[in-house]
Amino acid sequence: MIVAIASGKGGTGKTTVAVSLALSLAQEGPLFLDCDVEEPNAALFLRPAIHERRQVGQRIPQVDLAACTFCGRCAEVCPYHAIAVVGRNVLVFPELCHGCGSCTLNCSPGAIDEVLNVTGVIERGRAGAVEFAQGTMNVGEPMAVPIIRQLKRWMIPPGERRRPIILDAPPGTSCPVVETMRGADFVLLVTEPTPFGLHDLRLAVEVARGELGLPVGVVVNRDGVGDQGVDEYCAAEGIPILLRIPHDRRIAEAYSEGAALVEALPEYGERFRALYAAIEEGWGR
Amino acid sequence: MKQLVILSGKGGTGKTTVAAALAHLASQELPLVLADADVDAANLELVLDPVRRETHDFTGGQVAVIETEACIACGRCAEVCRFDAVLRPSPALPDQRFAIDPLACEGCAACFYQCPAEAIRMAEQQDGQWFRSDTRFGPLFHAHLFAGRENSGKLVTLVKQQARLWALEAGAHLLLVDGPPGIGCPVIAAIAGADLALLVTEPTVSGAHDLERVLSIASHFGVPAAVAINKADLNPPRAEEIAAFCAGRDIEVVGRIPYDTAVTGAMVRGLPVTAVGDQAVGQALRAVWNLVRRRLAAAT
Repeated sequence: MIVAIASGKGGTGKTTVAVSLALSLAQEGPLFLDCDVEEPNAALFLRPAIHERRQVGQRIPQVDLAACTFCGRCAEVCPYHAIAVVGRNVLVFPELCHGCGSCTLNCSPGAIDEVLNVTGVIERGRAGAVEFAQGTMNVGEPMAVPIIRQLKRWMIPPGERRRPIILDAPPGTSCPVVETMRGADFVLLVTEPTPFGLHDLRLAVEVARGELGLPVGVVVNRDGVGDQGVDEYCAAEGIPILLRIPHDRRIAEAYSEGAALVEALPEYGERFRALYAAIEEGWGR
Repeated sequence: MKQLVILSGKGGTGKTTVAAALAHLASQELPLVLADADVDAANLELVLDPVRRETHDFTGGQVAVIETEACIACGRCAEVCRFDAVLRPSPALPDQRFAIDPLACEGCAACFYQCPAEAIRMAEQQDGQWFRSDTRFGPLFHAHLFAGRENSGKLVTLVKQQARLWALEAGAHLLLVDGPPGIGCPVIAAIAGADLALLVTEPTVSGAHDLERVLSIASHFGVPAAVAINKADLNPPRAEEIAAFCAGRDIEVVGRIPYDTAVTGAMVRGLPVTAVGDQAVGQALRAVWNLVRRRLAAAT
């Protein structure tokens, strides 16, 4: 199954849960994808050996000025204002370009070629029994979505469902989160029992269940620190709470040192396996 | 007027806790305007008890719509779409037609221009709302991007523009911007034009890793940075490693804020932590504000 681990709010424990889930399922040969390409952190905990690396980005227009008639059609069709005709020159703004190719298709003299504008890198390798891949966006680049899209295409063959595929999503609820969740079978939302946690959990449920129509379940991390709001919300919405991780300073300290939860507290291994079994049992195909 | 933006790279390090505390402390000394630039998951309002004064729609971009009656099912739209946004009908379901997945559509209009039957139109899409509210500490400009929508950078820019105009007109001395996590488009929009970026980190391997990336963002856009280490006593050696890293980069550490359950307690009560008694965490935040104020005063 493809399980996306998301949260809305940052810092609730997405990576902690995703990494521990992958390590606990070692016998099933899981695939782990770090889709938080703005701030990828899972490698700090899984410490994979990287075997292969690819530069990624989007294809941006390159104009052959000898063939160009300066008709301005390219600029007219570009909704992002990423290309402009100025006198006898054509300017391209790579950071605004979405790489849609519409200018190329609309150029009647065929003066536009496309070249890869590198905005990041995708990498894959292994961490023990876990097959690992991550994307990293270059500093100063605005668009995470193309990197996530290419990471998923590279690693997940269509129809692949035999082994656990775990996607560690970025925080938030906008396009990079949607790109991570698309095609998942289940979304596991990690939250903390506080007003911030609850507020952002609601938004994440709106995206996963409301917009994408995916089944969702919740992990309550740092259970016991705040109030009852998350429990009451989940009960009212019929969202199952599949795991509770109590507030425990030992867990926070292990995390601070880059140790996975199941390494620091091995008794959690069984609980993560039970979590995955519950997801497969309830929502597997 | 000075502009302060609070960022972190990694989520959940305490940006909003620090922002609310600084808003509380700053408001005792000078007139300020607040902007919440985390438009995906805006939390600042939860601890500022705002009263909403204005609500506006935000239209970020367009999406393609296929007019089913005019569609000749040639599949050209699916061929040209690079975002997998065209849903092809399944051969098993003869009644199904070509359609656009609005969440995947980036509004590029490639299909609109290529459709031989002119069966596609581009429709404006409301992507969110933005608000002006009053709080005890000053006006707050904030927004809500609808679930899963694009253009968060545009919405952040809009919220900041409105806040800035208001601040200039009202003669405010400070525009305090609570930023989003990450380093992508909304962060770039949040940091633009700031006099100082206060980076809130935590003494964990992830916190340190993400701090490095967000520091690079600040220097990429030429914005001076200062660092506050939150939950510093959770792992003191790692906190000192971060401090040493900052010293090596000539970045000032403006505070070490202790871990304290009073922070969560205040959040549950909907208050900035500096407004609930005088604990160590409140004192540390006062020290942060004093140093930040000095840095802002020196900024030209």
